[in-house]
Amino acid sequence: MNWKIWALKKSPWVFHVNAGACNNCDIEIVDLLTPKFDVERFGIKLVGSPRHADALLVTGVGTRQAAIRLREVYRQTPKPCVVFCIGACACGMGIFQGGYHVAGPVDKIIREVDPNAIIAYVPGCPPKPEAMISGVVKALSVL
Amino acid sequence: MGAIFKRKGKDTKMIEVLQNLLWMLIFPGFLFTVVFGLVASWIVRKVSALLQWRVGPPFFQPFVDVLKLTGKEVLIPEQAQRTVFMMAPLIAMAGTLLLSTMLWRITIEPTKLFVGDIIVAIYLMVLPSLALILGSSASASPHAAIGTSREMKLVMSYELPLVLAFIVVIIKTGGQLNLATIAEHTPVFSISGLLAFLAALLCIQAKLGFVPFDIAEAETEVASGVLIEYSGALLAIWKLTQAMLLVALPLFLVMVFLGGFTKSLWTGLGKYVLILVLLILIKNTNPRIRTDQAMKFFWFYCGTTLAAAIILATLGNYYGIAWL
Repeated sequence: MNWKIWALKKSPWVFHVNAGACNNCDIEIVDLLTPKFDVERFGIKLVGSPRHADALLVTGVGTRQAAIRLREVYRQTPKPCVVFCIGACACGMGIFQGGYHVAGPVDKIIREVDPNAIIAYVPGCPPKPEAMISGVVKALSVL
Repeated sequence: MGAIFKRKGKDTKMIEVLQNLLWMLIFPGFLFTVVFGLVASWIVRKVSALLQWRVGPPFFQPFVDVLKLTGKEVLIPEQAQRTVFMMAPLIAMAGTLLLSTMLWRITIEPTKLFVGDIIVAIYLMVLPSLALILGSSASASPHAAIGTSREMKLVMSYELPLVLAFIVVIIKTGGQLNLATIAEHTPVFSISGLLAFLAALLCIQAKLGFVPFDIAEAETEVASGVLIEYSGALLAIWKLTQAMLLVALPLFLVMVFLGGFTKSLWTGLGKYVLILVLLILIKNTNPRIRTDQAMKFFWFYCGTTLAAAIILATLGNYYGIAWL
């Protein structure tokens, strides 16, 4: 296996992007980082800047305002990186489908920048922290 | 005959150069300090995790982090001053490397004549902070600008008490500047020495950028501030520099205040671990403070304490009372 991918799997640093979420998924992400779940066991660390990140945890439907910023954040993330769509809205727009303010599901917005982006989906409203861990593990094992 | 001598001289010179390179790059220098520092940073993370009732990262985590960062893309902001931005981590690393090599060298062979005095160490200790200020102000980011100004204020606040604490040591050891000679004394077993040691410990905490003095890197306020625009290999160099500082600075305290490694290697290492544990405990039991609180703390409280300690040390020297 490529040493770069191996190291990436062992230490994925995540950056949290809110693309117009209702805050429910965000609270679950914060819950994921509490001592109870202790994701530092797997080397997962929340970082403050997209330039340090290996994975973007995107929540929310991707509003027209947020889409521009989301693309910018994706461009600022050093490659190789993984995008996680957290929650029903980010995966498939959820109840906001067809809304006037919606720029599309998150994967569509990201693919406009990079058609070959690696995107993983964790559905749920909100997804449980266990579901997120399982999603991260599955996505990393595919890499 | 003359030619042979000349050749021999060249060879010994060559060997000396090679030996110096070995010292710099492998044994007490770069490689050893990096491995030691990464293990120390694992200890910091693991003990923090245990204090928070977590399991914590596996042993190889800091190594993997650095490996991963070297394998990633390096992004440089468009408006950044490229040369300064890329040179800053190297300057910081060079300064830390010199400092740690010097300290290990004195630790291993204190009898050798070596011009490592306390003033050189004080200068070298400022270099990483200065490089951090340079690099972050070259990165053309508003967050980094705030971080830079915070780091500058922090450096200005802790440099004064740090130098004052070393002045206490110099007075206690009777005007010695040579680190190897200072390491034969234990100034901490006196009132003034103890006060100076505690103040210096807090300054080291600020120098390492640990909570409660991680004002410049505050993740929740300025999104890792000074380092915000660094990515990939350059960030890896910063991480390595921080790991090396985690070796060099506590080691320096051990040499200056606690009597160094003169008794045996194991007691020296024990002293190092003691300082590391104190730093971790302070880190995990305090919230981040504001810049003005930090300045007030270092200038007012630490400053006056150290002024008192200097007076005590001078009096103790004058009347020959060792415990003062």
